[in-house]
Amino acid sequence: MANGDPTPPLAIELSAINKSFGGVHANKDVNLKVVSGHIHGIIGENGAGKSTLVSILYGFYAADSGLISINGQTTTVRHSADAIGWGIGMVHQHFMLVPNFTVLENVMLGHEGSLSVEAGAQKARSTLNKLSEDFGLAVDPDMIVENLPVGLQQRVEILKALFRGAEILILDEPTGVLTPQETEQLFEILRALREQGVTILLITHKLKEIMAITDDVSVMRDGEMVAHIETARTSPAELAELMVGRKVLLEVDHTLAKPGVPVLQAQNLCLTTANGIDQLTDISLTLREGEIVGIAGVSGNGQSELLDVLSGITAPTGGSFRVGISEITAQQPSDPAQLRSLGVAHVPEDRHKCGIVLPFSAAESMILGYSSGDKKNGGWWLSPSELETNCADRMQDFDIRPPLPKLASANFSGGNQQKIVLAREISTQPKLLLVGQPTRGVDIGAIEFIHKQLIALRNKGCAILLVSVELDEIMSLSDRILVMNNGQMVGELARDEADEQRLGLMMAGIGADDGVTALQMGAKS
Amino acid sequence: MTPPPALPRWADVGLIPLINVLAALVVSGIVVAVIGENPFEAMMVMIKGAFVYKGSLGYTLYYATNFIFTGLAVAVAFHAMLFNIGGEGQAYLGGLGAGLTCLMFDSMFPALFLVPLAIMASASFGAVWGAIPGYLQAKRGSHIVITTIMFNFLAASIMVWLLAGRLKAPGQMSPETRSFSANAELPFIHDIINAFGVEMARSPLNLSFVVALLACVGVWVLIWRSRLGYAIRATGHSTGAAEYAGIPVSTVIIITMAISGGLAGMMAINEILGVQHRTILGFTSGYGFTGIAVALMGRNHPIGIILASLLFGALYQGGAELDFEFSTITREMVLLIQGLIILFSGGLAYMFNQPLAHLLGLLLAPRSAKGGQNG
Repeated sequence: MANGDPTPPLAIELSAINKSFGGVHANKDVNLKVVSGHIHGIIGENGAGKSTLVSILYGFYAADSGLISINGQTTTVRHSADAIGWGIGMVHQHFMLVPNFTVLENVMLGHEGSLSVEAGAQKARSTLNKLSEDFGLAVDPDMIVENLPVGLQQRVEILKALFRGAEILILDEPTGVLTPQETEQLFEILRALREQGVTILLITHKLKEIMAITDDVSVMRDGEMVAHIETARTSPAELAELMVGRKVLLEVDHTLAKPGVPVLQAQNLCLTTANGIDQLTDISLTLREGEIVGIAGVSGNGQSELLDVLSGITAPTGGSFRVGISEITAQQPSDPAQLRSLGVAHVPEDRHKCGIVLPFSAAESMILGYSSGDKKNGGWWLSPSELETNCADRMQDFDIRPPLPKLASANFSGGNQQKIVLAREISTQPKLLLVGQPTRGVDIGAIEFIHKQLIALRNKGCAILLVSVELDEIMSLSDRILVMNNGQMVGELARDEADEQRLGLMMAGIGADDGVTALQMGAKS
Repeated sequence: MTPPPALPRWADVGLIPLINVLAALVVSGIVVAVIGENPFEAMMVMIKGAFVYKGSLGYTLYYATNFIFTGLAVAVAFHAMLFNIGGEGQAYLGGLGAGLTCLMFDSMFPALFLVPLAIMASASFGAVWGAIPGYLQAKRGSHIVITTIMFNFLAASIMVWLLAGRLKAPGQMSPETRSFSANAELPFIHDIINAFGVEMARSPLNLSFVVALLACVGVWVLIWRSRLGYAIRATGHSTGAAEYAGIPVSTVIIITMAISGGLAGMMAINEILGVQHRTILGFTSGYGFTGIAVALMGRNHPIGIILASLLFGALYQGGAELDFEFSTITREMVLLIQGLIILFSGGLAYMFNQPLAHLLGLLLAPRSAKGGQNG
């Protein structure tokens, strides 16, 4: 597209941006040219400096040195208000919306205009309607935001940015919370915005999205820009190699499972909150030795609650599950310590909140959940040297870097923190491993390693329940796939039956058979 | 997201408290100058009054003993993210425990048995008084700050009721118990030192100081070397992680508050067994509250708490001297200086962090920038 034009107008030009945090050089001489009216992707592993770069552009941080030009004018961006003034809008990964406000109220927040909200609201309503029409972003302005599905909430975020006059839109990992169908809808919107001349900067770690939607792509690694490529001239494999700095195996070596005896049997598990909201309804499932069962679903459909119940953190309010010979019910609840002693290991979804204790040393985080003493190491005394030796061994086995047991857990990268959790849980040789989002915020190199570890564990006879919002991960690791929607199991697919479209429909709440029918109908029409 | 620049540990632990105290002293100096006295002279009087005059060091350490106990109490609770404001009441009840034990047994048991028993009684009474708010927090969700404050008032009322009633010495007008027999006394340090033939001035400093130092070692072992301490810290840093780990969070909260209350309760042994030799009304005189500032300033670490306790001990003792030497500087002025120190090292403890981080950043930046270019 840009080839014909020798000097395309640049929406954003960053030259030689540097930013250090203490000793960490987060951005090193970063250059970036975003062509006006293009969708420009920035891809890189976690900690590569993407977020820092965008934060500098949006005025959250000041760069130590370097120049920012917007639409050809060199400028300084000290606050996000400056950025908004320059026509830059940002859609954050975690939405910045007031949940109990209407769409209109959210959009006009901070732009009420006068003392009377009503007058501003009327003006805002007409602007909003016009924007919705121009860009094909249909949302009812009077809906309460928290009642909207996630995809529509994101639309409100985009409208909010456009309402503030954004001509350059930054999207930070926008698809993390979306179903494949919603993602496709988002891409439609982005294409429509491009048609209207909006420049889009898309930050993501998903190669597929870069390939699907962007015109140009910039790759970051270790705080540096390592490549600027026209998307049409590259391939996922090349991008992955650029991101990691070496060749990466994108596919997992997955052999046929040999399921053995059941390890976990759940019967009609229910979970209702104190104020009567059903989070899990009649969940029944069986997990056998030596198989990986994946649970697909849009995040927030009961997967987290299911893991909490099966790991003993929350007691079920109905139904039961059996691990080995122990039966856990609402009347006879269990606790995580007891389930661990039954051979249930748990890699939690949120490692910062649960998996490790950030201020603890790695050695201390390495015994989280096992601190009350194992058989050979009872008593009340915790020997620091023993913890550190144990931790150093695990660090070697799992290639955790830097291999410093005394370093605070917070100072490890996301991938290495996840490896700490995984090392701890796997090294207990569990019968059942519950895994939530094993590769969230983890770099590609570590993803490859973690996937190999999970397969190896399965091959040793461990039963693994895998919850992930990354469909690719579910499809490449699982032997069977269960789909959850609204706290219920809506269907089960064998490994070879599963494809993205079918799973996506089921995730949206259309059952397996209906989904197939819908697909067939779609194919006919 | 990369975290904001943090202070190096040595600056956080060493430099910041020093700057805070200096800032408080500067403001105090201004106040002293405003009322027409020479602040440097006043400062010298305070220092001499706290360390140089005959017996003054003993007094300073005696006050420090109280602060070590109450400071440790706040610190232990804080490691579980519990803000124990109830040190005052727990110490008060500790005095009741020690007092009751001595009243009952001081004619029966020898000192070697009675004193440890009384210490345990003071710790247990304080522990119960801490554990009840702990229970209410853990099981009922009543906020620990509110309940511990209320328990201070309850403790004060109970003590008035008992000391003006059942426990009052017969035929006495003042609200206090009878004096205990010599069996119930913790020996004074000056008596012990003098017994070795070394001259030492009289002061209320007694063996409780040694108990306080042992308590510091105990707290260090508990928090950083025991499984219980691991559970306490895990609960404090991240309830989610503790629940995930199967640590019984409610139980840990109750136990932590019991330990915290027990430490506060042990403050009573300094006053009751060490100095007064009877339980009197209002013997806690705010030491429990000052413990909060001590713990804050000492960064909840035993060594920091010892240092902060020494500072506050010196302030109490030197302040008394100030009151004595200058007619214009009253007891209230001394309270003001103490208040300023608490304000700067407690309430505004982190005020100088950012500027200092910037300053250190500027001083250290040339080195790291060069390193970055090479790397």
